[in-house]
Amino acid sequence: MRLIPMARFKDPSLRDPAWSRRVFWFVVACVILWPALVSTEFRPWVFFEAQNLKVTTHFLAEFFPPALNPEFLELVAREAWRTVAIATAGTFLALLFAIPLTLLSTTVLSVSSLSGRMRALPFVVRQLIRWLLILLRSVPELIWALVFVRVVGLGPAAGVLAIALTYAGMLGKVYGEILESGEREPATALLRNGAGRIQTFFFSVLPGNATELTSYTIYRWECAIRASTVLGFVGAGGLGQQMDNSMRMFNGSEVATMLIVFILLVGLADLLSTWMRRALQ
Amino acid sequence: MSTRPRHWLRLDSSVFWVLVGTIALIVLSFWSLDLQLARVLSLESLARMGKFFGELLSPNLEPVFLSKLLRASLETLAMSAVGTLLATIFGLLLAVPASRSYAGDPARWRFLTRLVLNALRAIPELVWAALLLISAGLGPFAGTLALALHTTGVLGRLFAESIENAPQNAAVALRVQGVGEGRVFLYATLPTVCPQLMSYALYRWENNIRAAAVLGVVGGGGLGQMLSFHMGLFQMQETSSILAAMILLVILVDTLSYFARRLLSR
Repeated sequence: MRLIPMARFKDPSLRDPAWSRRVFWFVVACVILWPALVSTEFRPWVFFEAQNLKVTTHFLAEFFPPALNPEFLELVAREAWRTVAIATAGTFLALLFAIPLTLLSTTVLSVSSLSGRMRALPFVVRQLIRWLLILLRSVPELIWALVFVRVVGLGPAAGVLAIALTYAGMLGKVYGEILESGEREPATALLRNGAGRIQTFFFSVLPGNATELTSYTIYRWECAIRASTVLGFVGAGGLGQQMDNSMRMFNGSEVATMLIVFILLVGLADLLSTWMRRALQ
Repeated sequence: MSTRPRHWLRLDSSVFWVLVGTIALIVLSFWSLDLQLARVLSLESLARMGKFFGELLSPNLEPVFLSKLLRASLETLAMSAVGTLLATIFGLLLAVPASRSYAGDPARWRFLTRLVLNALRAIPELVWAALLLISAGLGPFAGTLALALHTTGVLGRLFAESIENAPQNAAVALRVQGVGEGRVFLYATLPTVCPQLMSYALYRWENNIRAAAVLGVVGGGGLGQMLSFHMGLFQMQETSSILAAMILLVILVDTLSYFARRLLSR
């Protein structure tokens, strides 16, 4: 690039008209960012303190080669399966909770709203269930797991319950949205002609939205696998718990193996879920 | 294709096999986990659960504790903001070599950078935080970096996609004039995709606030660290306030983003 003589900046036609505005916003951004950096104790140089550097390089050096002895691999395989099992059992329980909550809260199956406004009592019941669903999914699954580890003890039960509750909230909300955004005319026609709410659900609402509902459930199962790998860090069983143990012992090679298994597992769940959703189309 | 829909309960129907596989997976999961649901759902354990949740109903509302709680909430917010900002910067830096910006672009580094981005993305924030604790020590800094690393993977990938799919008109106009690739990116491609990049970054920030609340459980600062501290000491009143703060934070973020999106899409 050739050097630009300073005189060109003096030329008014070449001056940046937004210059002062840019400087102003830059300064504002710095003023906002400063307390945030202080609050997060943003000190990148701690990485290069002699002691930390020694621990880190030692730990990272152990990453290669990853631990590959048969006993350890068997352990990892067992824990990986437990991770999948926790996710599957949790999603299944979430489904069991979510279905009745959806049926109770969806406005598609409201009889009183066929003629004008919904009556007060059904409206209040639906609203209460909606709030329950919001509460269930507002608490992250890891926090539920932490709570359940206290109540039911260490082990997979806490993980399954944690996933079941959070995902019941998510599934319930999204099922409701799917049902309400679908075609309502068939359901309304059935209800107006005197069909029961259960009949209406099975003969009009469910067949109309089945693909979308299953596809979302499978997607959530995939998310549950991601989540359950992590739940082990608070003692809820699975790969995470094993990884936590190895990290506490600074065993780099075991951590390396588990990270690889981790990535493979999530990738596999991703592939399987895509394939299943396509098979159902 | 026949005009009548095929029944799904047939051996050569993929729906049938997906169904069989799913049921087998569910049964195997419950069977192998040995959940001892009888014990979990026993009266004794239900009573314990009731007592636990009952204790949560009396939060600690002392001003001293509340001010500590406020500081932890702000720390969580700061962690998510700084983490997302770092991720936006590094995501953009990695997205450039990870994208093929025009037909015939050799993009030599595309495969390698995408591999890096995928690895960053595949490892969850919490695992990054646990790994970083080893070299950065306990505290919000490890949590912030963990968020930044995972989010860099996610954003880098999304940014690369939008750079590749950007409308080429402005870039072509500059390119045929003989402008170099660096300046084509800065003056044509980046301004074109900028709104989309911003909306991706904001969306991830929303996610990261939720993630930041949790990261502390492994020692990464913010509300989570406070929660695991007080819960570890069985101080139920404090635990209850922290849980309430967490739920409020999440609901607040959800509501704000809902209204922001409504405002933007109008």
